[in-house]
Amino acid sequence: MKGFLLLSILKMLFVFTVIMVGVALLTLLERKVSAWMQNRHGPNRVGWAGLLQPAADGLKNILKEETYPALATRTLFFLAPAMSFIPALLLSAVIPFAAPLPLDFDFALGQLGRFAWHGAMPMVVADLPIGFLFVLAISSLGVYGVALAGWSSNSKYALLGGLRASAQMISYEVAMGMSLIPVLLLSGNVSFGAIIRDQQAGLWYVLPLFLSFFIFLVSGFAETNRLPFDLPEAESELIAGYHTEYSAMKFSFFFIAEYANVVTVCAMVTTLFFGGWDIPGHWDEQGGVLQTLATGGFFFLKLMFWIFVVMWVRWTLPRFRYDQLMALGWKVLTPLALAYIIVMCVAIYLIEHVAGLTDPTLRSLALFGVNVVIGLLVFGLLDSGVFIRGADRRPAASEVVG
Amino acid sequence: MLQPYIPILLLIAFVVANAILMLGASHLLSTFRRTPTKIAPYESGMPVLGDARERFPIKFYLVAMLFIIFDIETVFMIPWAVAFRQLGDMAGLLIIEMLVFVVILAVGYVYLWKRGALQWD
Repeated sequence: MKGFLLLSILKMLFVFTVIMVGVALLTLLERKVSAWMQNRHGPNRVGWAGLLQPAADGLKNILKEETYPALATRTLFFLAPAMSFIPALLLSAVIPFAAPLPLDFDFALGQLGRFAWHGAMPMVVADLPIGFLFVLAISSLGVYGVALAGWSSNSKYALLGGLRASAQMISYEVAMGMSLIPVLLLSGNVSFGAIIRDQQAGLWYVLPLFLSFFIFLVSGFAETNRLPFDLPEAESELIAGYHTEYSAMKFSFFFIAEYANVVTVCAMVTTLFFGGWDIPGHWDEQGGVLQTLATGGFFFLKLMFWIFVVMWVRWTLPRFRYDQLMALGWKVLTPLALAYIIVMCVAIYLIEHVAGLTDPTLRSLALFGVNVVIGLLVFGLLDSGVFIRGADRRPAASEVVG
Repeated sequence: MLQPYIPILLLIAFVVANAILMLGASHLLSTFRRTPTKIAPYESGMPVLGDARERFPIKFYLVAMLFIIFDIETVFMIPWAVAFRQLGDMAGLLIIEMLVFVVILAVGYVYLWKRGALQWD
């Protein structure tokens, strides 16, 4: 028990430090990637190639003057940043970041007693049996921080930003929750460890559940308020949205929360659809320190790739209009996810019980075939302009009569 | 049984302590020079016009209500999805159950759509 506690505390400190330092470096990476895509230099004055810029920003935010708008509700105004910061940092606790590490120690430390551990240690802060439900539950709590920040500021821009953000986040949560049902259909378990093991046996879920992945990724962008769905803080309309009135560390907290949420969504995409820490090829089954390091490194690479995609999309797609955003969430993604659940459960039934394919790899390949057909159909329909189009498409000059 | 949840409790305590520490440090180190302009709500430099807490579109309430309905449907689907492969031979029956469930949901969904609840303008 004491060995378990010691390891838990060490893992907790490790993950917390990685997330906090990672978030600081992500702000720099975001500016560097933006600069690279716009053919300019980006921050390059503080430290070597601007590497100390996040430290300078953090120090500035601690020392800055805190402002309280005269009309604000003080208690809620103070609580709101913490209420979006705390859930954002809790989410990282259930995501496994490497293969289990075999450990064997047994020592005594004076007054504290004996610390002992035998066997494989799962490389995750809390190996919850409900892993996946924990993420769904805690990520919903982030809405409170945003809605309260907007309301308590008592400023028009902040209120509009807070309302938009909460409506957007809860709308896309429906599509996000439904898009993950097929993952549970296939894995038959809600713990991340079991989902990764099932992907090791067959194929990564991105192939047999491609549409789930697509819907999850799109709703992930909307949940984290990233472009093309950054309407809550659309700077050309709402100054800075719900955090217009915030300064100093409270402002930083919203940024830390936003980037920590981006990391969590990318880690979820990696874990649920790209095998988590799995390295394809079955060479990673003997166990050992080397395996843990290699799988951890591979997980990090996949995570960085998805974080890069998030930044890439930011400079590729323009911002949606609010009615388009709500229409996409409620009229396209939600019915699509619902229909996909039915199609997938029928397909799994036919493949397993009628065709009799029980080998995990063959089953995944058959589902992949089903997905190619559905994918072509869905994207063909979406691209045809019947379901999604500019709502007020102006007629071209040649179409105007008279 | 409940052992896996201990690290989560530890982490909650640790994160809350960190939040208090960081906000507190910032509060203690910051200087306060309040001027009437600085503490006024930001309205792009124009004089403040009235209170922000006025009526806002009822659409936002409607979205919150729709969210509760559809999210609870998702919650009902999770145990069904987890049991689907474990129950093996009963899978055909489970599909029919879910079809009935989704058809009832779809009727409500079509009704909402036709009444314009999903229309945002």
